[in-house]
Amino acid sequence: MPSLLEVKGLKAYYGQTQALYDVGFDIPEGGITTLLGANGAGKTTTLRAICNMVRTDGTVRFAGEDISRQATEEIVRRRIAHVPEGRGTFTSLTVDENLRIAAYTRRDKAGVDAERERVFSYFPRLKERIQQQAGTLSGGEQQMLAIARALMLKPRLMLLDEPSFGLAPLIVVEIFRILRRINEEEKVSILLVEQNAALALDLAAHAYVLETGKVVMHGPSAVVKNDENIRKSYLGY
Amino acid sequence: MEQFLQQLASGLANGAIYACVALALVMIYVSTDHLNFAQGEMAMFSTYISWQLMQWGLGFWLAFILAVLISFCMGVFIERVILRPLHHAPVLSIVVVFIGLLAICNSMAGAIWSYLIKEYPSPFPKAEFGIAGVIGPHQLGVVLVTLIVLSLLFAFFRYTPLGLAMRAAAQNPQMARLVGVRVDWMLALGWGLAAAVGAVAGIMVAHIVYLDPNMMGGILLYAFASALIGGIGNPGGAVVGGFIVGVLENMVAYSGNMIEKITGIYIIGNGEKLTVALIIVIFVLTLKPAGLFGRVVVKRV
Repeated sequence: MPSLLEVKGLKAYYGQTQALYDVGFDIPEGGITTLLGANGAGKTTTLRAICNMVRTDGTVRFAGEDISRQATEEIVRRRIAHVPEGRGTFTSLTVDENLRIAAYTRRDKAGVDAERERVFSYFPRLKERIQQQAGTLSGGEQQMLAIARALMLKPRLMLLDEPSFGLAPLIVVEIFRILRRINEEEKVSILLVEQNAALALDLAAHAYVLETGKVVMHGPSAVVKNDENIRKSYLGY
Repeated sequence: MEQFLQQLASGLANGAIYACVALALVMIYVSTDHLNFAQGEMAMFSTYISWQLMQWGLGFWLAFILAVLISFCMGVFIERVILRPLHHAPVLSIVVVFIGLLAICNSMAGAIWSYLIKEYPSPFPKAEFGIAGVIGPHQLGVVLVTLIVLSLLFAFFRYTPLGLAMRAAAQNPQMARLVGVRVDWMLALGWGLAAAVGAVAGIMVAHIVYLDPNMMGGILLYAFASALIGGIGNPGGAVVGGFIVGVLENMVAYSGNMIEKITGIYIIGNGEKLTVALIIVIFVLTLKPAGLFGRVVVKRV
């Protein structure tokens, strides 16, 4: 299968501090890939670097086109939806406004309306809360809104940063079930960053492991799951 | 009673002006966290432009619309050219730029049009407009025009995709970029709109205070007070705050006059109304530091 996203020799800097040294990976079209690693390994930075939200060096190719010099808001127009950590919603806007602004770059009104209905079929609870301010939603609902917001873009690739963070286990299971459906039904490719490695390895077909800004191993999830070091460090048994 | 209504009406007319300038301040404040000290002088400059257009033979309303459009472009230009390079500059540098902008607008207006005080016409017909004994034609006109402009602005922010994008960019610029909003342009647009609203205020008030390069100085002070009393981050609050301050200052003078009439003792009058109004504003802010409609911002550390 051809790669949708190819990352090669990616470096990233916060001021003088280098956060990524040499990150490279491929994401196949239509697949789910996960980035694992301890705190500070550079998982979030990798996602931010793909969207050019930090100073970067190296190449990022999306659908064959080099996007590493593009501004964040132009990368979004190539239908890469980034759900940042800590729930990417506009807390002072209503649920409705959050969904409308998410489709800001789209000009096909009929498509946007259809998207909305589809989003509500995944997240019926959001429809009940449509006029509520996003900041007043529960943590789980805000994460659902963040994913719904990303879907409104009709993305080809979704970057998800710790969707399970701070949520009750039952909600996490629900959200991951929805992510799988989104991948299968909407053909959205997903790059998932997750602290919860067991969960991530169940969902993803392929896994990359980051350590201090470098990729130290990668392979199919089933292989990575059974690696002794990974089991000890990230899965805890 | 008639005098009370007159004072109330003129308070509302002044308040409408303060509301516009306060809204201009708040529009820039919510998206950049800076108070534009030059807002008043920019509005004054716009008023001179409209005056110049009228000198060249244009009718009042045509000059009004053109001046507002020119002001919008000037606002966008100032943001793009002067403030854009300073996006990551420390606060004090930006304050200095604002003060510089204030001085430049002021002295340029003086240099081009001289410091002599000029009369400025009112577009509202004397006889048929206004309610006799209650509100004068110009006052009623000012209130109507500003209310129309403010409603248009609120509709723009509430119902259009661009307005929504501007609100999103102000609330969370990084997230706004992630949904594809060109945040830098939204800032420039915000500056343009603020300059345009300021121009409306300047043109409307010029008939009352006369046209001169220092005409907006006092008004900017009132507008600051209005924005603060309404909650500096809240556009609706700024507008309400403007009307509150406008009515308040006139009521202070009115009650002072009444006291003098009844008891014969002079306590406060027209000369002190600004002082007393500002004391009340300070008092309100002591009790409610976030303003009447502001939200208390809790910062996580």
